[in-house]
Amino acid sequence: MMSAHPLLRLLDRGSTLFLVLLGAFAIAIPVLNLLVPAGSALHVSTYFVALFGKYVCYGLLALSIDLIWGYVGILSLGHGAFFALGGYAMGMYLMRQIGDRGVYANPILPDFMVFLNWSELPIFWYGFNNFAYAMLMVLLVPGLLAFVFGWFAFRSRVTGVYLSIITQAMTYALLLGFFRNNFGFGGNNGLTDFKDILGFNVQADGTRNALLVISCLMLAICFLLCRAIVTSKFGKVLIGIRDAESRTRFLGYRVEAYKLFVFTVSACMAGVAGALYVPQVGIINPGEFAPANSIEAVIWVAVGGRGTLTGAVLGAFVVNYAKTFFTSGFLAPYWLFMLGGLFIGTTLFMPRGIIGTYNNWRANQAEKKAAAKDNVVPAASPHAAE
Amino acid sequence: MMDKQTTSALLYLDGISVSFDGFKALNELSFIVEPGEMRAIIGPNGAGKTTMMDVISGKTRPDEGDVFFEEGKHDLSKLDETEIAMLGIGRKFQKPTVFEMHTVEDNLQLSLRNDRSVRATLFWQSSAEQEKRIDDVLDIVRLRPLRQRIAGSLSHGQKQWLEIAMLLAQDPKLLLVDEPVAGMTDVETMQTAELLREINKTKTVVVVEHDMAFVRELGVKVTCLHEGSVLAEGTIDDVSTNDRVVEVYLGR
Repeated sequence: MMSAHPLLRLLDRGSTLFLVLLGAFAIAIPVLNLLVPAGSALHVSTYFVALFGKYVCYGLLALSIDLIWGYVGILSLGHGAFFALGGYAMGMYLMRQIGDRGVYANPILPDFMVFLNWSELPIFWYGFNNFAYAMLMVLLVPGLLAFVFGWFAFRSRVTGVYLSIITQAMTYALLLGFFRNNFGFGGNNGLTDFKDILGFNVQADGTRNALLVISCLMLAICFLLCRAIVTSKFGKVLIGIRDAESRTRFLGYRVEAYKLFVFTVSACMAGVAGALYVPQVGIINPGEFAPANSIEAVIWVAVGGRGTLTGAVLGAFVVNYAKTFFTSGFLAPYWLFMLGGLFIGTTLFMPRGIIGTYNNWRANQAEKKAAAKDNVVPAASPHAAE
Repeated sequence: MMDKQTTSALLYLDGISVSFDGFKALNELSFIVEPGEMRAIIGPNGAGKTTMMDVISGKTRPDEGDVFFEEGKHDLSKLDETEIAMLGIGRKFQKPTVFEMHTVEDNLQLSLRNDRSVRATLFWQSSAEQEKRIDDVLDIVRLRPLRQRIAGSLSHGQKQWLEIAMLLAQDPKLLLVDEPVAGMTDVETMQTAELLREINKTKTVVVVEHDMAFVRELGVKVTCLHEGSVLAEGTIDDVSTNDRVVEVYLGR
């Protein structure tokens, strides 16, 4: 059981089903969009491709939150910050790709810098014309912030609601910073008007489908990485920290090192999610740092079922689909009430979320079956009792 | 007072004082535990028994005084919980604290004396030797048939034993055991006394306990604390007939 092949350990039933479904979407959507003619009933619109791609990025963000909240009990209400930082890193690359095609046709400076009368590129924008460098920053910037933040917070043993509050403060501080023009990231308007990525037009159908497939692939890779973490002995220590932190400490584990590692990994994943999100929605602005965004992402995880990984992704899809659906109809003004109601309802009536409740129900069924079997045996041989 | 460098004691406390908001939880507490000894600590509520455990295990730093481990080699007042645990001091909490969501087996796997670094646990593989060690420890506390059970589903007494088993799996030199028989039935209490005596054959043990029948059953040297310092020390008969002990703790 314990010495099962590492691959079997990663792929339990739910995980396999999840990867198969994800793979099916990643293949079916581009095929139905690109190869089926627009008039056909099976045709999938480009709008849907972009929408689904966005959901996949949200799913990856939810996954990163579940890794720390579901398994170590760190409730980060500022994970949107790491998502946005990854997004900005990608946005900076995309801005540099515009070149002289901007409104002011400056070959080096993005439009907003010309508008602000800046004469040269700020040092921190150097290198972002290189894709590999930008992708490194997508991982490094959120990862480094999480590392420094976590190093101070976990070493000082800040836990629970206090940690949640300072993560909110962190994302809020970044929000205020990025709003400022002299911060050098386009201020209020953020970064937009992207033209191409690696030479491909970001608006083209082919690029959109490719981005969707890459997003699905990254989600699958990060999912497997999370599975590898949580099913290892390391993952058992994480659950130990969640349920009995002092016990873990008195057993000789460096709790802060464990938290720091997994918090940093989680922030990097959120950064990747943000980086994939930006070319698909075509804009990144300081609004992404809004504390409400981070809280919403936590709601996705709660609805789907925390501590299940698959549930987090499912929650992101379900809640965001509901958001798309309800905010485009006459119910639009009431969406925030629905979201709040959903969170309260989940907490009260389904604290384990969709997947957690389902797993629980299955475990109960299995138990009942086992109990029924035990009862049948003595009944079948009544003489033995006499 | 002894010179810390030449003491033969495994655990050496000298003049420990700890106060919380002006309340002196420990007041110049001094006592020593020799290697291989089992010591029972008794005393009324608020006598400072748990605070003393906190000081030894690194949870609380003493305001004054020395705490040394292993013949004065290690100054425990300068180390944190993790470092102290790795030196070989295992602690059982007053309220049984096991990993409720894990199986009995996983609880012990996490406790076994192995590399505790992030990298080591990420790439860790179980081995036959480790599996056997888990079985051995489970045999000592008689929980082997429950190896695959979820720890949260164990009875109160079984959780107490599992926590003791987790200490054993750490292979410590010194076990600090805080109220191991609280909430146990009489039979379980006697089994626990027997278990601790068995453990004491190879390890040094410090037990905090209120249950006098249990302390008598252990048959070891007893230290009675009162208001943060040692009130009396000696055999259970000496201590339980000491006038001051009777007055403040046992009652007439």
